[in-house]
Amino acid sequence: MNSLFLQEVPLSWYLLLSAVLFALGIVGFLIKRNLITVFMSIELMLNAVNLSFVTFAHQWHAVKGQIFVFFVMMVAAAEAAVGLAIIIAVFRARATLSVDRIDLMKL
Amino acid sequence: MHLILFILFAGFCLAGAINLLLQSHPINSALSLIVVMVSLAVLYLLLGAEFLAAAQVIVYAGAIMVLFTFVVMLLNAGREEHTMGSRVARSVGFPAVVVILGVIATVILHAQGLGAARDTDAITGTEELSRVLFTDLLLPFEVTSVLVLIAILGAVALASHGGGERTGPK
Repeated sequence: MNSLFLQEVPLSWYLLLSAVLFALGIVGFLIKRNLITVFMSIELMLNAVNLSFVTFAHQWHAVKGQIFVFFVMMVAAAEAAVGLAIIIAVFRARATLSVDRIDLMKL
Repeated sequence: MHLILFILFAGFCLAGAINLLLQSHPINSALSLIVVMVSLAVLYLLLGAEFLAAAQVIVYAGAIMVLFTFVVMLLNAGREEHTMGSRVARSVGFPAVVVILGVIATVILHAQGLGAARDTDAITGTEELSRVLFTDLLLPFEVTSVLVLIAILGAVALASHGGGERTGPK
């Protein structure tokens, strides 16, 4: 019971959480059939990597790790804007969001 | 206190991520992704990254997820039908996920010299962060602003009426 009130958390727990979130993102990418949800899984993976960056920045007291996360956020914002625009264009052309039916480039 | 907060918000994080996978309606997935992002902001705060916690809430949970929910509503995305997915995803994808997770977990658990996070840790202030950002990394920062500008133009060009090829049914 006393250990619950220990004031510290090992950083490896944060890294494990990040790894599990990343794996859940990959699983979502593989099993989801909706284009928007697939895109959300990619955002989940980006967030998991960001958590790793912040953890390592804390470990080495390095500010640049946090700045890298800032840049990842900016790129993710740009990527989300362009990606969702592409999704709208795809929906306008094919009238579906199911990844099974968007298969023109499939071999 | 640190441990309790970590367990609480790590639990929210995992629950949100699993809920994202289980929900069949995109709007429910979007809402659970918001839960994940807000819990991650709290974890950033626990790790002493106050600026990133604010940016996470504003940029991710705010701007990006509003964009997502807006597109879900705009396209009126219904429930997704569950198919089994592609054969490659089943035969290569899932074993690969297990292997990746196993390798990362093994490396982390055997890593030497990883410290711990405490309540009393120093917080990286926004001042410290911005000093590095606007002196050493000024050029990458400015390049990012150009990138975002191009992304805005690209998004408008793609989503405007001339953007998509209108070959299919309207």
